[in-house]
Amino acid sequence: MLDAQAMAQISETSVAVELETSDMTLNIGPQHPSTHGVLRLVAKVDGEVITDVRPILGYMHRGYEKISEVRTYPQVIALINRIDWTSGYANEIPFVVAAERLMGIEVPERAQWIRLILTEMTRISAHLLFMGSFPLELGATTPLMFALRDRERVLDVLESVTGGRFHPNFNRIGGIKPAAGAGKEQKKLTQDLPAGFFTETEAAMDGVIASTDQLEKLLRKNEIFVARTKGIGVLPPEVALSYGVTGPNLRASGVPYDLRNETDYLPYDQVDFEIPVGTEGDSFDRWWVRLAEIRQSANIVKQAIQKVPSGPLQAKVPKIIKVPKGETYVRAEVPKGVMGYYLVSEGGQGPYRVKIRTASFSNLSMLPWILEGVIVPDLLAVMGSLDFVLGDVDR
Amino acid sequence: MESLLENFWIVLVLKLLTVALLVPVAGLIIGYAELKISAHMQARVGPYFAGGRYGWAQLIADGVKFFQKEDIIPAEADRPVFKYAPILVLISAVSLFVVIPFGPGDALVVRNLDLGIFFALAISSVGTIGVLMAGWSSANKYSLIGGLRAAGQLIAYELPMVLSVIGVVILAETMSLNGIVEAQIEWGMPFVIPQAVAFVVFFIAALAEMSRIPFDMPIAESELTTGYLTEYTGFRFLFFFLGEFANMFTFAAIAATLFLGGYAPAGAEVFGITIPGLTGPIWLSLKIGVLVFVMIWTRWTWPRLREDQLQTFAWKWLVPIGLANIVVTAVMKVLF
Repeated sequence: MLDAQAMAQISETSVAVELETSDMTLNIGPQHPSTHGVLRLVAKVDGEVITDVRPILGYMHRGYEKISEVRTYPQVIALINRIDWTSGYANEIPFVVAAERLMGIEVPERAQWIRLILTEMTRISAHLLFMGSFPLELGATTPLMFALRDRERVLDVLESVTGGRFHPNFNRIGGIKPAAGAGKEQKKLTQDLPAGFFTETEAAMDGVIASTDQLEKLLRKNEIFVARTKGIGVLPPEVALSYGVTGPNLRASGVPYDLRNETDYLPYDQVDFEIPVGTEGDSFDRWWVRLAEIRQSANIVKQAIQKVPSGPLQAKVPKIIKVPKGETYVRAEVPKGVMGYYLVSEGGQGPYRVKIRTASFSNLSMLPWILEGVIVPDLLAVMGSLDFVLGDVDR
Repeated sequence: MESLLENFWIVLVLKLLTVALLVPVAGLIIGYAELKISAHMQARVGPYFAGGRYGWAQLIADGVKFFQKEDIIPAEADRPVFKYAPILVLISAVSLFVVIPFGPGDALVVRNLDLGIFFALAISSVGTIGVLMAGWSSANKYSLIGGLRAAGQLIAYELPMVLSVIGVVILAETMSLNGIVEAQIEWGMPFVIPQAVAFVVFFIAALAEMSRIPFDMPIAESELTTGYLTEYTGFRFLFFFLGEFANMFTFAAIAATLFLGGYAPAGAEVFGITIPGLTGPIWLSLKIGVLVFVMIWTRWTWPRLREDQLQTFAWKWLVPIGLANIVVTAVMKVLF
């Protein structure tokens, strides 16, 4: 008598003999131009059709959660800038808010509004990068150049305030850092932003909106772009939710979930904006949602400029920051999705434990699901449409 | 002197030397044009410093750099095949120059073959064999996929290209490229007017044959890390590189000859101006320039198609269109 295993083995062998084909194992990455860092995919391909894909993570693990335990709070802010290097400023917000909540600090309104403006500008710059990198994976190089050119305007404004293009390190617990060179009196008053900041920002936002129009014109009705993205890499909403996908990827699947509307870490309730959602959940929708979000963010910034009150930038905080014993979890909508910090404090100068929930990690976790059955050229197109950053995945 | 120029062998050697010189020069000019034009399309400056002004020496510097590089052959590679693949690609590109007429008569063409266009179509496919060899021998999975994609592309695009040419041949009643140009002078119009459909099909097929965007799947740097080129370095890579630009030149030249009147001055017939034969190369170069510009323009504007979409496009659209074009042309030819 043959047992089931032997039977299966025999039937498999006979199939192999009949067809005389074999799968090829294609190792993509960690050094591959299109994996946005050092992601490694081990894909089984039958011809060009992918039958199985296994992402291997950890090439970019920098141990930020562990390092945070031996750093003081201001030092941690500098670290977490580097988690998702395309949106350094937005990463700071949830951590700083978590620490402030544990300390019971009320952040001055002006600081909150400036935080909001800079966060949205970071979102614009991160999405503009995607506007360039995604068509690049489809072989179109020109959108990348246009997007980078226009992103530079935003980064210039960001740099004029914070001194950094990618890693502003601008938040302080209790508020924001006073601008460089501001005198003792001015620190407390309104002269914190560089002269002409509001007009420059407004002009930059107009430029951004014009640039989204240009990018849309270049690609939206381009037949090849549509053929490469419509109906490719479809992510149904229930699958997206079950994998914990957040951010534009989730909204492209038709779920209007945006933390900016649901929590109060920044005064988003005082500005008007829409949440763009997709209908199909395919690569095209993911591109389209991000493009629409750039416009929304530009509008948010324009509104916020009108609403920034005058007042202090910093709440009263002790010289040496010690967070009282306790734990809290703060989430925020960063460009890639939901980012959360579970902060445990034992009352010291640094956190006792920080658990970081990053958007890219959850968004990446459904790669095996979404990539099964696609073909090799679509593999990278779909991955590109998910817009993850490996630093955000591995931390 | 007279007798020297009538000696077959001396003339042949002279012509071949000219071709051998023309290939790198045309490659350099087109390469530089591509660098500069793409830069201006993308809000960049492009090469600027090499050579003093406007970076005109950029590609020469690149070429010198390639010759200094170590010639790496992967340990697992099929050595002879790996070595000769780039040479085959370049030979195919150079051989195409043989039949391109730069002026009337036999003086400005290497060989005025009776089957000129047939020869050109046959030789242009040889380059793909070189690409397939490169992909196969590199012992690299990405190269292999790239090489096989190139082979699939060849099968898909050779047919529409031949079909589009047949329409021109029916009108001109000859396969000699000189003859086709003379037929256009006789007609008083370039064949792009009666054969507009064939021109579009030919141009698309030529883009696919050259593996340029939107049909650059065999290279596809974002998917296959440059496909069959992945393992090549140094001067062997340079051969592929030069072959690509030389191919652009020759395909533009063939398209200009078949459809745009070749060396015949554009529109001169309309004004009744007779232009001496020696201006032929200038006119042909102008037409080539226009076509090359369109190729560059396409390359830097569009994304890349997918391999299966390309096959669909070729078999479901271009082949039927090409066949219909032949039928219509033949019927018109018989009727009028």
